[in-house]
Amino acid sequence: MKVAFWPGCVSKGACPELYVAMQKIAPVLGLELMELYEAPCTGAGVLSEQNPELAYSLNALTLAMAEQMGADLMTICSTCQGVLSGAQYHLTRDEALRERVNRTLADSGFQYRGTARVKHLLWLLVEDVGLDRVAGLVKRRLSGLRVAPFYGCYILRPEEHLGLREKPERATYLEKIIELVGATPVEYHGKSKCCGFPMLTFNREVSLKMAGKHLLEAKSKGADVLVTPCPLCHLNLDGQQPDAARVVKEPIGTPIFHLPQLLGLAFGFEPAELRLNHHVVNTRLALEKVELKV
Amino acid sequence: MKWTIEVGRYDRTAGDGRGEVRSYPPPYENAPQRRYQTFEVDLPDHAMVLDALIAIREYQDESLVVRCACRSAICGSCGMWINGAARLACITKLREVARDGKVTVEAPPSMPVVRDLVWDMTPFWQKNRAVLPWLENKEPVPQGEEYRVPNAAMENLIQEVSCISCGVCVMDCESFAVNPDFLGPAALAKAYRYVADPRDAKTHERLGRYSQPNGVWDCTHCYECVAKCPKGVAPMEQILKIRKLAVEAGYRNNSGTRHAVAFAESVAHSGRLNELTLMPKSFGLFNIRAQLQSLPAAFNMLRAGKLPPLLHPKVPHVERIKAIFKKVGGMFSS
Ligand code: SF4
Ligand code: SF4
Repeated sequence: MKVAFWPGCVSKGACPELYVAMQKIAPVLGLELMELYEAPCTGAGVLSEQNPELAYSLNALTLAMAEQMGADLMTICSTCQGVLSGAQYHLTRDEALRERVNRTLADSGFQYRGTARVKHLLWLLVEDVGLDRVAGLVKRRLSGLRVAPFYGCYILRPEEHLGLREKPERATYLEKIIELVGATPVEYHGKSKCCGFPMLTFNREVSLKMAGKHLLEAKSKGADVLVTPCPLCHLNLDGQQPDAARVVKEPIGTPIFHLPQLLGLAFGFEPAELRLNHHVVNTRLALEKVELKV
Repeated sequence: MKWTIEVGRYDRTAGDGRGEVRSYPPPYENAPQRRYQTFEVDLPDHAMVLDALIAIREYQDESLVVRCACRSAICGSCGMWINGAARLACITKLREVARDGKVTVEAPPSMPVVRDLVWDMTPFWQKNRAVLPWLENKEPVPQGEEYRVPNAAMENLIQEVSCISCGVCVMDCESFAVNPDFLGPAALAKAYRYVADPRDAKTHERLGRYSQPNGVWDCTHCYECVAKCPKGVAPMEQILKIRKLAVEAGYRNNSGTRHAVAFAESVAHSGRLNELTLMPKSFGLFNIRAQLQSLPAAFNMLRAGKLPPLLHPKVPHVERIKAIFKKVGGMFSS
């Protein structure tokens, strides 16, 4: 299956391990990634806040690029997914907006038509590749590993942009994947809450408190590791975890896997191939539970 | 139909042996414990959670304390946690939330509790007052007739004036959960109502006031209040409108604005986000304290081999992206 692949700025920046892990698992899943090298940043909700039309236009360009490739667009970042889904939601419903945006794009040689779907890897796995097929690819069952899903915000809210009204089960896909790789999902309140990243620069203390508290909750429920579909959540939960631990005044030490890393382990890749040795929070203890070494 | 209702009860006798006592995990670890009692009720398929609570109080345990009045999402009294999420009990059907016929209700752990399902709204009203929720009349006040304003101006406020002050948004607000000083979604939505009212004379002062710490920039953009509000107020959307207006009005000396500007500059320049310069620029280059605070995390990431590439190449054909910025206007247009 060919997909127009939008890696997002973070997997190309501060979370290179996500990009690497995605490249590893794609051929196993039979996904041919046609990367959108020429597409702009989605604006991550920051641009749309001050100038929505700017964000709609930039994202219409990205969507149009996928359309030209004749493929659906796949993201590996909840924030990108949220912004692209939101743009598409408005562009399909508001004809005047669509016309204005297409006038803006006229010189670029691209026009937005709305023919490509936008799907996060998580949705694609369940809805297009199929859980049975993914299950058949598992070579190493991660039995005994207790994995807490961390959805965060933008892959769940707002529901109407993200198709959760039609498909409420999208809020349970992470658990399905965790079970499928042989691990045990950990249930906890914070799984669909905010990691705090969007306000890291506005109010560092509050942002890190959010991250720290969710981590402590997951840990108290016995999680060995968290898995997230969003690299921005990863930045706060992993990258900032030592600082978050200082803010909540308790040690944490719970590693965070990106979704493709969890799958990669189950598909038989070695931790280092998935750059699990390049996290801020050491992944060693969690990996030892499934008899792996970094 | 038979329903099982688990009620988290709180009073001075919590933990006296009746019902299972539970405390809350973070971020609510400081919330007082509840004891959970289970009741069976027989109610039709279309019954609401509030119907079940009233049935329990009327026929099984008259000591159960629950606050309600209108039963139709107008009075805003019966906000509570239903299966761990903020909702109004009067418009939540048992069947939409029940798991295997069971529903758990409790006072939200983010709020002080008076008793059982009744939580203390004092903090809620304090915050409402803090945004000065009244009109400061523009002079001259028309004599002998009403203030006339265009319809469109009022239509803009319809969302906010639908607010019934139930507190549902606040009890599940992410930022409020860890920072009780945050003004919160309901009060800030109310604030927008006065900012956008053409009769108000203090728009500029208001924007400055709401841009202060614990104001609009302390919202983490999580959509939780939008998802939870039973009246379509979409508080976060109103907060974002205030942010935009405040920036336009010149309240730019805050990291929120600097972050937005640095973000836009980066995308306009290279097509992509430059994470390396975003953080320091957001703090303000001379905010030494904030710069130092962010250093350990940057160092940890560097050590893990996670720092963004030092060279930030432009995406191919970046001129297409620049053209969009030029046409639609960069950051603060429209
Ligand atoms: S969007 Fe902002 S105001 Fe609304 S719940 Fe989240 S942090 Fe609170
Ligand atoms: S904004 Fe909505 S949820 Fe919040 S108090 Fe008003 S009606 Fe209730």
